[in-house]
Amino acid sequence: MLASSASAQPAVAIRDVTLNYFTPERETLALSNVSLRVERGEFVAIVGSSGCGKSTLLSMISGLLRPSRGSIEIDGRLVSAPSPRVGYMFQKDTLLEWRTVLDNVLIGAELLGLDRAASHERAIDLLTRYGLGEFLHSLPSQLSGGMRQRAALARTLCPEPDLLLLDEPFSALDYQTRLALSDEIAAILSAEKKTVILVTHDIGEAISMADRVIVMSRRPGRIKSEHDIRFPSSGETRPSPFHARKCPEFSGYFQTIWDELDLHQVQ
Amino acid sequence: MASEAATSAVSASASKSAASAGPSRSPAYESYLRGLRRRAMHIQAWQVGLVVMLLVLWEVAPRMGWINPMLTSYPSAVARTFAAMFEDGSLVTHSWVTFVETVVGFVGGMVLGTLCAIALWWSSFLYRILDPFIVVLNALPKIALVPIFYIWLGDAASIYAMAIAVSLFVTILMLYTGFQAIDPDKIRLVQLFGASRLQVLTKIVLPGSVPTMISALKVNVGLALVGVVVGEFQAAKAGLGYLITYGSQIFQMNLVMTAIVVLAAISSLLFVAIQAIEATVLRRHGGGGAS
Repeated sequence: MLASSASAQPAVAIRDVTLNYFTPERETLALSNVSLRVERGEFVAIVGSSGCGKSTLLSMISGLLRPSRGSIEIDGRLVSAPSPRVGYMFQKDTLLEWRTVLDNVLIGAELLGLDRAASHERAIDLLTRYGLGEFLHSLPSQLSGGMRQRAALARTLCPEPDLLLLDEPFSALDYQTRLALSDEIAAILSAEKKTVILVTHDIGEAISMADRVIVMSRRPGRIKSEHDIRFPSSGETRPSPFHARKCPEFSGYFQTIWDELDLHQVQ
Repeated sequence: MASEAATSAVSASASKSAASAGPSRSPAYESYLRGLRRRAMHIQAWQVGLVVMLLVLWEVAPRMGWINPMLTSYPSAVARTFAAMFEDGSLVTHSWVTFVETVVGFVGGMVLGTLCAIALWWSSFLYRILDPFIVVLNALPKIALVPIFYIWLGDAASIYAMAIAVSLFVTILMLYTGFQAIDPDKIRLVQLFGASRLQVLTKIVLPGSVPTMISALKVNVGLALVGVVVGEFQAAKAGLGYLITYGSQIFQMNLVMTAIVVLAAISSLLFVAIQAIEATVLRRHGGGGAS
């Protein structure tokens, strides 16, 4: 994963991004001078208390929102509109309840005008691999929370994006499902060698999944610190999120990041 | 009538699920199911009994001289009128006229209302401009417009106009509210795949609003019938509303009561039809939002 970090062009380059937005009551500075490089194949987690602008930053990377100042580049190209090379996962699964699971997964291909037969095959393959093979023609209301979020992952990955933006995708799930699903998704993403930016307020989730954790300050959001996450105790390969939580290094990272977040001042 | 159908549907589904439960039913569960069936039967018996009691009272009271039969007629006289009008075909003609006007009215109100709601969703600027006017028009008693419609549009068109006017503004307001309640993340989802505004409408907003449309349809069936009958009072040469005014002018209560009975039958029929549509559509739609 680190081998590619030497290459010149990062997967994502965020330069001095500032965002302010207006309401009739006030002007809000949501993000202030945020700069960040994400290398190809890297898994970066951004943690911050609610309202620090981390989801806003994700919206800007996705192209749904323009920064007030500064620039965002993906693979050296300036982001100006949503691109099929970027996949986005929401906090809620946002499955369309009137479409079958398979048709939900195919909505991206449908809107992007991708090859029907190939997308169809890929969608079935993904769903089968994620244990939803028997539910291709079921409606989302027949699936459990974890299955729904796996279907949402298949939908995100079906058009084969290079960059994945995960906006607290596990926070709506119960604790056990969350642990199991983050393990599964980490395995899927590292097997597919995707570049991932995960936004979360869950410090443990960030440390257990990411190669690097970015801590953001409260509004206006700024990058407060960065932490490279390594687990030398588990050898060469990176442990799965579940095992990472049990590594001796975990609690040290947790304490450092906890102190930096100043969560106790919020609530 | 509709509620009878509903209770029988409930008892049917209860017995069906009992049959599928298989042989391993405890005596307590058996007696619970028997209790459910008994209760459903009691309710139905009361409903039928109530109708019978009312009919008997209606027949007996004028005959005993408790009330003036000129004012109320009798069920037996109504039945005779019904049979006679059925035989000479006039009842079918009048009912058909009213039925068609009602269906055209609520379909027209739905289509027009949906188009207006889409326009308002498309341009929030337009919505901000028109919002107060729609609210006022919705609150205005449309019945007051009957004479104006008659003068402007003549006898046939004014009835359709009335049926549409009665249901249009409710439809617009209901659907627009439904469009606004669509999960914004679902809209962002398709925008991330590069969807245009038209695609957001066709892929998310319209299919997501199907349950709202069904509720609007239910409201509109009743309203359109009101619009049609009131329109017929003023303008028509045919239809059940016309029979009611004509019958009361010549003091033929048999005629008036017959028309009212048929109206009740038509409204029940339409309501049952909408319920059937609702059941099939919502099942295919995924039974509402679990997300």
